[in-house]
Amino acid sequence: MMEKDYRASKVKSRISWVIACILAVSAAVVAIAPFIFMVINSFKEKFEMLTKGVFSLPEKLDISNYKEVIEGNFLSYFINSVIVLVVSLFILLMLSAFAAYPLSRFKFKLKGVIYSLIVACMSIPVHITLIPIFKMSQGMHMYDSIWALIGPYVAMGIPISVFILTSFMEQIPKEIEEAAAIDGCGKTRMFFSIILPMAKPGLSTLAIYNGVNMWNEFIFAYTLTQSQGNRTLPLAVWEFQGQYSMNTPMIMSVLTLTVLPMILLFIFAQDKLIKGMAAGAVKG
Amino acid sequence: MKNGGITLAQKRQKDTNRVAAVFLAPVIILLVIFIFYPIVETFRVSAFEWNGISSDLKFIGLGNWEKLMKDDKFWTAFLNNIKVMVLSILIQIPLGIAMATFVEFAGKKATIFKIIWFIPMLMSSVAIGFLFTYALATNGGIISSISQLLGGNNIDLLGNPDTALYTVIGVVAWQFTPFYMVYCVAGYTNVSEDVYEASIIDGANKRQYFVHIALPLLKPTLKSAAVLSMVGSLKYFDLVYVMTGGGPGNSTELMATYMYKLSFAQFNMGYGSAVAGGMFILISVISLVTMKVLNGKKEEY
Repeated sequence: MMEKDYRASKVKSRISWVIACILAVSAAVVAIAPFIFMVINSFKEKFEMLTKGVFSLPEKLDISNYKEVIEGNFLSYFINSVIVLVVSLFILLMLSAFAAYPLSRFKFKLKGVIYSLIVACMSIPVHITLIPIFKMSQGMHMYDSIWALIGPYVAMGIPISVFILTSFMEQIPKEIEEAAAIDGCGKTRMFFSIILPMAKPGLSTLAIYNGVNMWNEFIFAYTLTQSQGNRTLPLAVWEFQGQYSMNTPMIMSVLTLTVLPMILLFIFAQDKLIKGMAAGAVKG
Repeated sequence: MKNGGITLAQKRQKDTNRVAAVFLAPVIILLVIFIFYPIVETFRVSAFEWNGISSDLKFIGLGNWEKLMKDDKFWTAFLNNIKVMVLSILIQIPLGIAMATFVEFAGKKATIFKIIWFIPMLMSSVAIGFLFTYALATNGGIISSISQLLGGNNIDLLGNPDTALYTVIGVVAWQFTPFYMVYCVAGYTNVSEDVYEASIIDGANKRQYFVHIALPLLKPTLKSAAVLSMVGSLKYFDLVYVMTGGGPGNSTELMATYMYKLSFAQFNMGYGSAVAGGMFILISVISLVTMKVLNGKKEEY
């Protein structure tokens, strides 16, 4: 009797396992199909997609779309994105680490208030800041320049970065600091020579999380810049869409090129990327 | 050890305060300029009628707010946000748990699934918006092509007011489900290996382990996932703006797209500010209440 039950449950679990695998494969198909649609069609010629259908493989690996995109303004979008990313990310990480240092390791009066005020900014929708920041960028004659993006990008990244770095720095053992203090190391030097180097893992996670967000950022870039030469990569599609509206393969190659840096990062630093992108989950 | 009437301890504290102020100042200044001041300014501007360009602001007091209360478009948008929110939570989080559980139970062999499932996360909302505009196109889109293969007609999902919002919700789910998978996988690693082994030794099967042990232990993870998904759906913008621009009609209008169009397409910045303010208040209230409810029922395990 027991034997029979055992066998029955084994068969049952085998069946549910097969069903789970089928569902897993279908989920994988759904996840990857639009992506494959994008890549396959980016290699097709203008009319090939219409005549041969969307699922057919390209007749030949036609890279002329890519050539045309890269010879267009694409590089200027790309370079703008890289500049904004590098500058904003550097400022953001530096300033967040500055702020996290006293919040995690000092005792002073307004500490609790300042910390909660910074962290409370995490769930604020950017839309409420949009009109005033738009006016400010005009007032400071920074409208339609990539430099207008740096302030908002840094500010939007601050709350979560300070939050994560503070809890990270809290875990650095007190003894290290005490030993250094005995050796006559001041608070400022302590930060640069001890705390900052030890916070590196936290900083690299945050670099990925904020970097991905900045690379993909849309609403500020769309609102604060206007001319093609001053826009970042997520906005490149607009120009090409205006230019080649009926040429779907061309748009697909623009999209593929836009995603390429993320794909490379995914291939070469998969674990780090996944960990970094999941860092946003503390927002709750 | 006297130093002008100040003890050493006081001197130290003063020193600490000075260093703290220097280290905190840049962050505080940036937050004041780019977050606190803009919030106040948005509420101030909401008391004016203003096209955003001229210096001619006409004070109308609470006029914009009265208009907002009676604005069907805004409340339709809010309702759409709520639909996106509810369906996002109901679709993305359970799928995320299911995927994470599959990866957890299948072990190393399932890594390939984890990698493939993660792919949508690599694309920006804007790129996804454009990709799906083409992938769901009436002529030559994926769905239409499948339908034609099966002998049906072209299907226009985004152009039909009855299906547009649900299509958008589907695409949003496509984009964010992997995030909740990764999140739940991380939650599983916090449930220690020992717990799993102990329960298997005690004779639990995988289903029992999942329902009675893993799920309760994942509860804190799921709670914050729900809050995250909630706040995210209430301020959703990029993908909808790119894919439908709020249309057809108002069928996919969200608070953020409505605010954006009012302010930067119609240059009605006074009223746009009121909409942004209303959105801010609604999001704050809803998330505060939810967090209170979720944290109020803290359980021990």
